[in-house]
Amino acid sequence: MNPFSSGTRLRDMIRSIRACKTAAEERAVVRKECAAIRAAISENDQDYRHRNLAKLMFIHMLGYPTHFGQMECLKSIASPGFPEKRIGYLGLMLLLDERQEVLMLVTNSIKQDLNHTNQYIVGLALCALGNICSAEMARDLAPEVERLLQFRDPNIRKKAALCTIRIIRKVPDLAENFINSAASLLKEKHHGVLLTGVQLCTDLCKISSEALEYFRKKCTEGVVKVLKDLANSPYAPEYDIAGITDPFLHIRLLKFLRVLGQGDVDTSDCMNDILAQVATKTESNKNAGNAILYECVATIMSIEDNGGLRVLAINILGRFLSNRDNNIRYVALNMLMRAITVDSQAVQRHRATILECVKDSDASIRKRALELVYLLVNESNVKPLTKELIDYLEVSEPEFRGDLTAKICSIVEKFSPEKIWYIDQMLKVLSEAGNYVKDDVWHALIVVITNASNLHGYAVRSLYRLVQTAGDQEILVRVAVWCIGEYGDMLVNNTGFLDMEEPITVTESDAVDVVETAIKRHSSDLTSRAMCLVALLKLSSRFPSCSVRINNIIVQYKGSLVLELQQRALEFGAIVDKHRNIRSTLVERMPVLDEATYSGRRAGSVPAVVSTSQGAPINLPNGVAKTTSAPLVDLLDLSSDDVPVPSSSGGDFLQDLLGVDLSPSSSQTDTNQAQKRGTDVLLDLLSIGTPPAQSNSSIPDMVSPSQDSKSAINVLEQLSSPSAPAGGVSTPPGSSSMMDLLDGFAPNPSKPENNGPAYPSIVAFESSTLKVTFNFSKQPGNQQTTIIEANFSNKTFDAYTDFIFQAAVPKFLQLHLDPASSNTLPASGNGSISQKLRITNSQHSKKSLVMRIRIGYKLNSKDMSEEGQINNFPHGL
Amino acid sequence: MIHFVLLISRQGKVRLTKWYSPYPQKERTKVIRELSGLILPRGPKLCNFVEWRGFKVVYRRYASLYFCMCINQDDNELEILEIIHHYVEILDRYFGSVCELDLIFNFHKAYYILDELLIAGELQESSKKTVARHIAAQDSLVETAKEQASSLSNIIAEATK
Repeated sequence: MNPFSSGTRLRDMIRSIRACKTAAEERAVVRKECAAIRAAISENDQDYRHRNLAKLMFIHMLGYPTHFGQMECLKSIASPGFPEKRIGYLGLMLLLDERQEVLMLVTNSIKQDLNHTNQYIVGLALCALGNICSAEMARDLAPEVERLLQFRDPNIRKKAALCTIRIIRKVPDLAENFINSAASLLKEKHHGVLLTGVQLCTDLCKISSEALEYFRKKCTEGVVKVLKDLANSPYAPEYDIAGITDPFLHIRLLKFLRVLGQGDVDTSDCMNDILAQVATKTESNKNAGNAILYECVATIMSIEDNGGLRVLAINILGRFLSNRDNNIRYVALNMLMRAITVDSQAVQRHRATILECVKDSDASIRKRALELVYLLVNESNVKPLTKELIDYLEVSEPEFRGDLTAKICSIVEKFSPEKIWYIDQMLKVLSEAGNYVKDDVWHALIVVITNASNLHGYAVRSLYRLVQTAGDQEILVRVAVWCIGEYGDMLVNNTGFLDMEEPITVTESDAVDVVETAIKRHSSDLTSRAMCLVALLKLSSRFPSCSVRINNIIVQYKGSLVLELQQRALEFGAIVDKHRNIRSTLVERMPVLDEATYSGRRAGSVPAVVSTSQGAPINLPNGVAKTTSAPLVDLLDLSSDDVPVPSSSGGDFLQDLLGVDLSPSSSQTDTNQAQKRGTDVLLDLLSIGTPPAQSNSSIPDMVSPSQDSKSAINVLEQLSSPSAPAGGVSTPPGSSSMMDLLDGFAPNPSKPENNGPAYPSIVAFESSTLKVTFNFSKQPGNQQTTIIEANFSNKTFDAYTDFIFQAAVPKFLQLHLDPASSNTLPASGNGSISQKLRITNSQHSKKSLVMRIRIGYKLNSKDMSEEGQINNFPHGL
Repeated sequence: MIHFVLLISRQGKVRLTKWYSPYPQKERTKVIRELSGLILPRGPKLCNFVEWRGFKVVYRRYASLYFCMCINQDDNELEILEIIHHYVEILDRYFGSVCELDLIFNFHKAYYILDELLIAGELQESSKKTVARHIAAQDSLVETAKEQASSLSNIIAEATK
């Protein structure tokens, strides 16, 4: 016998683990035990398998790895005796979960046990199956379980019912097989079977609309009667909880009725009486009764409208809300959330109580209440509600402030009746809990302030006042510094003074003081300091009398270790010092920020892509851009006018879609961006990385020499492609002149820059069904951009419909696709689709074009798709 | 649906875990740690629900043990409290005024009882008596098997003497 396995009993092991004083000691004990168990496993020790498995489970619960015991569970399950099976199934459920491959091995054992003569062994197998079965097992064993739903012993029937729930959750397709046997469970008298049967039917209805229809027609009345009998049943000690017979069954029946009644007037009518009875007669002094009332209210709220019942339900919630028990108040808030969509007026009546719950000492209740308040806010009550919330913000606990601030800001932004109120509330929030305010929120505040030209003075004065008292709120200071930088003169001159304001006298140096304190504050971070420097620069021009002082402050940051600050300090210092004459024009007030754009961007319609593409250099030399932009734009516009489908007119459409603001001076820029964005979208669509452009030659050429289209162009193309050196600028003129000779196409040597060299057409893609040719042309004055006309022709005898061409290019290229001439491609080459592509090569003359394409179409209403990569572009494009 | 059941001691030690939804092993440890941090510090007067990762965890404290069950947002929290109490009462009847030590040394029994109460995260039986009867029947099956085994080994021992 193995020297280890004679060792400790389970009880002794637990005792020795509990006696451990340190984690290290515990690890040592566990290691020793694990070693013993492993040894026993390798010797295939059967006498102590039972005990070893139990030990492993305990060790597992402590968090140690126990995978080596998994096979032991399987062996234990496969052994004939009940004790072995019992511990084996327990181990299986504890040590494994449904994603482990090992689980598949147990399917057969479970199947045998489901057919066992001992009902307790069948029960074990059902329990394990119900708790951890995977989709495959569910499929394999569903017939066994279905049979067990009619087993003579109720203990097995109820287990089979719950097991079925697991099966249909894993494999919803199987749901329909169970409808009939589930329906028969509803006629049971045994509470366990009825309980699980109702639950099964509820789940079936959620998964299958067929089941829902069936149960609605055949079972509604029966279920109503069961509930009625249960509600009126005399005292039954076995099922009694707090004077109510089987609240669990009550709740499940109510839940099932909810599913049946939702969206069906007749069925809902059918259950009105019993719901009214449950809602009025149930005792509400114990938790069990409240649980039933809660479920009943949920059902009344969900089924088709019945005014009287709803009033009853809302009244119950009102009672709940004033209950002293926190649990009851919590569920009331929870349910009012759902009720608000049904009857918001009724919920509004409880506003005051709900607002009190926001201030509760219990975090769960606070959170629920806050979310409810958020839903309750509308234009008419926004002012008092916001006031309450902001007042509470002052005394709220730190960990709750983040949520609260976010909600207040959101409410204020959404419902503010006027700008001045919005600014006031935001300033209050900033001075109370500025550090919890998200960046986009205070950015939005600045945007609003710049847009309210009559409130500039008011805003800057209010901020000045607040900074004096709440100077430790970094975000508040940032907004204040920004506004003082922009509107500092209004602060000093009291410009735009409103009647309600208290008079205030601020000198120029007071204003500079604020910024100076902010920049010197120990806790200020980089953003704040950088903003301070900008504000100082602006003030130096607004307040010439302070410019020496300002310069002194700026000078201190010339030695800053932070590059950003150092650079700003140096450059701003130079402006203050040396360029007095242009200073005032340099630091003019910011133009009004565009509110619509900002809010559009915040709404998430524009991802980060925009900011990067705006920052990306435009691939045109500075001077040239302006001169060429006009004709180019015209050209582009022309081409988009030709397009048959006006709804997708190229770049503009894309821009509208993405909500980008166009700065009027650089339409060229914008089109480029649009193209780029289009490409990005496509790249994402096809999700390809950047294929190395130089690897062209290694990839087999798509155009095979044996092609039947033996045009001169093609021959030439094949001649030129093997000899292609990596992106030579010199080759294209050579090859093109040769091509020109053959083609009889007269080049214009006097204006090579305007026309550019002409390029041969290529067969970009050819399969047994489809052929794609590309014709190239260049726009005058823009060597980087190539216009490709793609022609698609159909080689089969059936027409293609829903034809879609997609293309993706590596990052150094920008691609723009115009809409295709048609989406139907006639059979046997009797016509073609053409589509224009515009491609801009930012590495022009260094890298050649490369493109990956995907073509989708319907052939006899079957979806087809073809893919390919095009590497045989003529060089120099 | 109940996604998992946890029994955690006041000190944060795990006494029982049952997972009805798939959580990988690493995730389980994380979940337990997170929830201990969330639940154990809560005061006695507060409500018995915490919101966690879009789910709700209903807990109830019995002496030094916290019984926790994780459910969906729209499940009935009050009913879960009743289910927890139901389980505790059955444990109490089985062990005869149950204490934490009973559950430590007889953890497998606690699991067996739970398996008679819940399957697939749904309640299986609302009668405490029925659960007790089934557990007792299975325990006696184990006892008979043991006796048979020992008597068999006795016979073998006698015979080989």
